[in-house]
Amino acid sequence: MDSFIVVSLIKTVMVFAVLLTTLAYLQWVERKVIAHIQVRPGPYVVGPHGLLQPLADVVKLLTKEDVRPPFVHKALYLAAPFMAMTLALMSICVIPFGPVIRVGGVSTWMQLTDLNIGVLFVLAISSMGVYGVAFAGWASNNKYALLGGLRSSAQMISYELPMSIAIASPLLLSNTLSLRTLVESQAGSFWHWNVLRGPFPQIFAFVIFLISAFAETNRIPFDLPEAENELVAGYHTEYSSMKFASFFMAEYSNMITVSSMAVLLFLGGWMAPWPVRYGSSIVPTVVFAFAGLIALYHGVHPARRRERYSLPATGIVFLAIAAIFLLPIVQTWLLPLFWFCAKVGAILFAFIWIRGTLPRFRYDQLMGFTWKFLFPAAILNLLVTGFLVAWVS
Amino acid sequence: MDVILFLVFALFAVACAINVVVQTHPIASAISLIGVMASLAVLYLLLGAEFIAAAQVIVYAGAIMVLFVFVIMLLNAGAESKSGRSLVAQALGVPSLVALLGILAFFVQRLFPRESATHFGGFTGGTAKAVGKALFTTYLLPFEATSILILIAIVGAIVLAYKEMD
Amino acid sequence: MAAVPISWFLTLSAVLFVIGAAGFVFRRNIITVFMSIELMLNAVNLSFVTFAYQFKKVDGHLLALFVMVVAAAEAAVGLAIILTVFKRRPSLNIDEVNSMKN
Repeated sequence: MDSFIVVSLIKTVMVFAVLLTTLAYLQWVERKVIAHIQVRPGPYVVGPHGLLQPLADVVKLLTKEDVRPPFVHKALYLAAPFMAMTLALMSICVIPFGPVIRVGGVSTWMQLTDLNIGVLFVLAISSMGVYGVAFAGWASNNKYALLGGLRSSAQMISYELPMSIAIASPLLLSNTLSLRTLVESQAGSFWHWNVLRGPFPQIFAFVIFLISAFAETNRIPFDLPEAENELVAGYHTEYSSMKFASFFMAEYSNMITVSSMAVLLFLGGWMAPWPVRYGSSIVPTVVFAFAGLIALYHGVHPARRRERYSLPATGIVFLAIAAIFLLPIVQTWLLPLFWFCAKVGAILFAFIWIRGTLPRFRYDQLMGFTWKFLFPAAILNLLVTGFLVAWVS
Repeated sequence: MDVILFLVFALFAVACAINVVVQTHPIASAISLIGVMASLAVLYLLLGAEFIAAAQVIVYAGAIMVLFVFVIMLLNAGAESKSGRSLVAQALGVPSLVALLGILAFFVQRLFPRESATHFGGFTGGTAKAVGKALFTTYLLPFEATSILILIAIVGAIVLAYKEMD
Repeated sequence: MAAVPISWFLTLSAVLFVIGAAGFVFRRNIITVFMSIELMLNAVNLSFVTFAYQFKKVDGHLLALFVMVVAAAEAAVGLAIILTVFKRRPSLNIDEVNSMKN
């Protein structure tokens, strides 16, 4: 019992430390990727390649004046960012990152807690997430903010339906609501993943889930609640300093949650794409070694003067990571973690990529799209899946 | 532990429920009602109804109350004026409601003696599997009936809202 | 580990129901009246789930589920009616909604 509490505390601290760091650096990655899509360098001044930019942003946001407009509904205005943030961070509790690990005689799951109704828990928390935005818009007492809040609540209710139905069809294949068992049912190779698994590959459900996820997290092309050229900044117009930052962090945290859900439901969670006997365990080593060698090569032929030292150093770090992945002791827990992070990272990259590529929808197009296309498509997909699953078994 | 959890969430639910009725501004009432629903979800978990607890949060707190908040925001509803309250309703209502509560409490105490106690994990039949099985076998007819009801409600809501547009 | 008597849950349910009924009777704002109805439905649901525990049967959960579904349908139609009524007379006081036509 005591060791359970200690282990849980350690896991909680680790998960939240990693999560908050990822939140900060996800923004850096986003700015960099968007910048490269638009052929410009992006953040470059603070630290090498702007790597210390998130830190500078945190300092900036913390030290900025916290303006509280006189006309707001005080209690709700203060509570809204807190609600948004709390609800966004809560779903990470049930997300499993890997299988059982043994550290010094204590074996534990790489997951904070496993619920029998894990999928429903995430759905419930994400359906509550709309309140932060809606109350922020209402309490600001500002017409742009109110419009943003209204748009957000209508949009999130509408897109929750296709999302829930898209989630239901892989559940039919895996026959469980616990996220851990869900991943275990997809073990083996990539054709056992729900996105490709028979009797009916869930590729459509995956696409529908991703599209709804974009709308649920208020991302471009569905970022109507904060459309800056029509609504100033939407629901967070009146927020400044850390309150503004918490909305930002909530958005990024929601992005991480839905990406993890997509990976767990459709892409086999922490499972490797092909079995170890065909050499899936050396993939991380190859990837990191390749990256390290490229960095070393460019370090030997530096384009700029200061890269003479920074690039070889980076290359050596990457080679060291590649070597660590070869150690059998750490492989048991590092490999699943690598696959999980790689898959989540790929989906997060798609989020950013689409932000850099697509324009924003019009509001009536947004609502028409979900009710007239996405929702019927999701139902059709669920019907076909249910029929085939019943027919096969 | 059970008793502490029950007392905390029961008191929270009652406080929020009173707040729903006392607050003059609809949005404050709505927030309090969300509080009631969330604490009831915890009590459902204590009673081993995990699926119902999740459905409570998803359907009530996540969908119905969002609709309420949406409508309150859309109508920009202000605080209620105190003038229109009926004295007759209060004169008759308060005693009869207190009497109703008394009768209910009396029968509850009478019919369920203190020995019949609950403890967490005492009933594990509330899983999604059990609920789903009962839903599609024993309760198939009510299930179909409610789905038709929902369909009618959707069509009705659209008709009502559509008329408003012209 | 002390156990919670069944009667506590049922008493809580009764208290919530009576508070909801009080809101239904005393309040004049149509949206608050509507929310009081939801509160009463919630109280009834708590009773259903408690009885499911008492008799160790899942049937109570099903009834609670049906109540939720009906509540959702009711909320959709009711709020649409409120919107339509508000369009006609800009007041949410139920006492002023007393004629079929203007």
